[in-house]
Amino acid sequence: MKNLDPDKIKVILATDCGSTTTKAILIQKVGDSYRQTHRGEAPTTVEEPFADVTMGVINAVTEVGELAGRRFVDDDGKLIHPATETEGCDIYISTSSAGGGLQMMVAGVIKEMTAASAKRAALGAGAIVMDTIASNDKRKPHDQIQRIRELRPDMILISGGVDGGNTTQVVQIAELIAPAKPRPRFGGKYRLPIIFAGNKDAAPLVEKTFDEDVELSIVENLRPVLEYENLSPARDAIHDVFLEHVMAHAPGYDKLMTWTDAPIMPTPGAVGNILQTIANTQGINAVGVDIGGATTDVFSVFDKTFNRTVSANLGMSYSISNVCAEATMPKILRWVHFDMDERELRNRVKNKMIRPTTIPQTREALIFEQAVAREALRLAYQQHKEFATTLKGVQQQRTVGDTFSQQVGGQTIVDNMKLDLLVASGGVLSHAPRMNQTAMLLIDAFEPEGFTTLAKDSIFMMPHLGVLAEVHPKAATEVFEKDCLIYLGTCVAAKGTGKEGRPCFSYEIKGSSLNERGEMMYGDLKLFPLAQGETAMVIIDPAKGFDFGNGPGKRIERQVKGGTVGLVLDARGRPLALPEDRATGQATMKRWVEAMNMYPGESRK
Amino acid sequence: MANAYTPGLKVTPKMTFRTRRVLPIPGDVLVKVGDKVKARDIVAQTFMPGDVTPVNMANLLSMPPGDVPGCMIAKEGQTIAEGDVLARSPGIFGFFKNEIKSKVAGTIETISPVTGQVIVRGAPIPVQVGAYLTGTVVEVIPNEGVVIEAEVAFIQGIFGIGGETFGPIRMACKEHSQELTEDLITDDMKGCVIVGGARMYYTAVKKAIRVGVAAIVSGGIDDADLKEVLGYDLGVAITGSEQAGITLIITEGFGDIAMAQRTFELLDSHKGHEAAVNGATQIRAGVMRPEIVVPISTAPAAADAGARNVAGLLEVGTMVRIIRDPYFGLIGAVNNLPPEPAVLGSGSKARVLEVRFDSGETVTVPRANVELIEG
Repeated sequence: MKNLDPDKIKVILATDCGSTTTKAILIQKVGDSYRQTHRGEAPTTVEEPFADVTMGVINAVTEVGELAGRRFVDDDGKLIHPATETEGCDIYISTSSAGGGLQMMVAGVIKEMTAASAKRAALGAGAIVMDTIASNDKRKPHDQIQRIRELRPDMILISGGVDGGNTTQVVQIAELIAPAKPRPRFGGKYRLPIIFAGNKDAAPLVEKTFDEDVELSIVENLRPVLEYENLSPARDAIHDVFLEHVMAHAPGYDKLMTWTDAPIMPTPGAVGNILQTIANTQGINAVGVDIGGATTDVFSVFDKTFNRTVSANLGMSYSISNVCAEATMPKILRWVHFDMDERELRNRVKNKMIRPTTIPQTREALIFEQAVAREALRLAYQQHKEFATTLKGVQQQRTVGDTFSQQVGGQTIVDNMKLDLLVASGGVLSHAPRMNQTAMLLIDAFEPEGFTTLAKDSIFMMPHLGVLAEVHPKAATEVFEKDCLIYLGTCVAAKGTGKEGRPCFSYEIKGSSLNERGEMMYGDLKLFPLAQGETAMVIIDPAKGFDFGNGPGKRIERQVKGGTVGLVLDARGRPLALPEDRATGQATMKRWVEAMNMYPGESRK
Repeated sequence: MANAYTPGLKVTPKMTFRTRRVLPIPGDVLVKVGDKVKARDIVAQTFMPGDVTPVNMANLLSMPPGDVPGCMIAKEGQTIAEGDVLARSPGIFGFFKNEIKSKVAGTIETISPVTGQVIVRGAPIPVQVGAYLTGTVVEVIPNEGVVIEAEVAFIQGIFGIGGETFGPIRMACKEHSQELTEDLITDDMKGCVIVGGARMYYTAVKKAIRVGVAAIVSGGIDDADLKEVLGYDLGVAITGSEQAGITLIITEGFGDIAMAQRTFELLDSHKGHEAAVNGATQIRAGVMRPEIVVPISTAPAAADAGARNVAGLLEVGTMVRIIRDPYFGLIGAVNNLPPEPAVLGSGSKARVLEVRFDSGETVTVPRANVELIEG
């Protein structure tokens, strides 16, 4: 960053280049403090005819300029800075996740052994495996090389050989990949990442095989002996390399780098910083989610341990079709409380994928998108739980029967009962027309247990603040406290399962504006108004087998925070189950939708 | 912001197109700069060592390995055909001789007196790269391949499956809005690039595969039909290597959607001409679109003529297509551009525009849900 006196910085411009939308925010010094004043957005321009991410930045910044009555872009299409009284900005910073999803190739010596392990590691990291190359895959070397070239993978994982075993075949695999010189999707200075997780004795030889055109990382062997599988190091490396080298890159990235006053940060890195700050300052356990067009990022802080995962192919535009393929249509439609034509929906999903910047116009389209979002969030959280484990790098013994299983070792440290705060960010959550919808999406997808405060990123600015915290912590903190988080309220949910209509818990709410008592039957959902800034004391007496944090059937008393949505009492049980039968499922869903006042005055067009 | 989204698809009657054709492994380039090549010509090739077939001769002749070399009729380095006698045992008193014939053609590579194993190496496997584009070689990449250039009519589709293929263009539909049904596919379309109008049906694709059609280009396809063709549900749009027996390209989108008239007319103007098509698609940053390339001459062109891939400004009168339900696929003219955001049926607030259809009906849609079209 240029040498600027932090106290003299008055105008800060920040952008986040998502895979679908580029968001710009303006932060200005108002009196003695920094406030977020205006925002603008424009489609991200990674496709032809522009194929230059800076075009989207200019468009978004121009919109901010129009709203703020301030000129940010000069006649040559460049950002004006430093700022004058009426023009430009003092600092320009940016985050990026424009690179989108992760598509990998994996390679191993034996298709059914090391190559299969490599594939599992890649899948576990949330990647799409485009192809598996193995010495025994019955293809000729030239066919394999041709394939690597055609597919343009974002990254290649090479495995093969047990530690101390023969190195020849492993090196042969590397020799196959090196001359293929797979051209990465993005030009410029991008170097194709290759991760080697094979026989440790072969590592130096593999290193010699590749030249400086690739970014080689060497990690522990994912199959050190035949009977053991050690996927975590390779999986973590895939994740880190994706975050650092793939996600942020996009056509025009090099140009954007020359514009910013601080290095461009991958969006999940920035959002992770913010969530960690929240959790640490308040001394709580928190989970944050940022759902984008190509990826969904989940962050968690439990007992001060921070974990971050990027589900590279779960998102609401580029990856929407993949969400539908992974979750399946019946799972998505269980969140919809009326009949929809599946054929029509399938076409809509594909059209959203090929034209990612469109938005739902009708209520029916919105309800369907929110149903897809629940599944994307659910799958991303599931993946996060698998990553966030107590013991990393612990070897797992595999038997023949486990060959196709994708389980990884370690116990998850994510505990929904201990969760204090759940924060939502990303287009479909931040821009939902009603905050009740955001709250319901969070509750349905994450299934919080016990007492959990819900919040959302007001206008999607957590990425911007995350990077701003690196260059101007004071401005970042002030804006975060005043303008960023909007509290939706608190969810009080029972853990356990029961029979529909049977008692689940009784409650008593004591507050200045809210005083209620009653009984909740299993399957019930209730919403009470409790405004932002207000608190109330909630006393719960669970029925036998239901837990709110003090153990099954044990009374609990906690103070809860209000918010724009209010206090949600959830007696639907955990794990949340919806009736299999479509008609009953729709009726149940309708009841919940009405209880949460999600779509008031419902007319679907 | 009054820019309208365009998927950036190029549809142009004339442009200079270059393609890079390289071998996967080093080899010989068969053409030189300035050579004229046809789409199916081989421009570079090399040979891979043939497959190895081990023959356990000692076992087959029931003799010690050390005796095998003495019984070999075929010698090391000798070329053999399938069925040729490889070895003959001496038999007993000249009778009961046992002959071993080769099951494969190739060359005898080794005869081992230690293991009694004979290695037969198959004929070298040619690895070739075709020109793909009828045009002129403008660059030779030594030992790798060439760059070919031609003046072409060029059409990018929005999505496709299947790899490179060639054939003369045949119009199966008379109108850009006509659906491509099974009855429009005829036996004489074998090897052709078939142009439909609106949605192509699975039954039509199935028949086209049976007939041996090289490729189908049409406005749309139903996702359920695509699933039938592929045999699985497509998750991420990374295609090109499907073995469906045909290359499919859609120019507009999924569902009931007509091909843009201009695209249809351009293809129609080239009926009978040889086209090279490739269905490979990668929808992600660094996008790759399927393409239909029709060489029109090998003379260099000065510049693109009438290319349609520019994003333009939205103004009253601009022709747009609505690309999202509930009006998906409908075409009309911009009637009004209210500056203030409006509340949509979904409850969201967004900037909108008013579109007037030919029928005179007007509808309001978000600006994000239209794309510019010409004509």
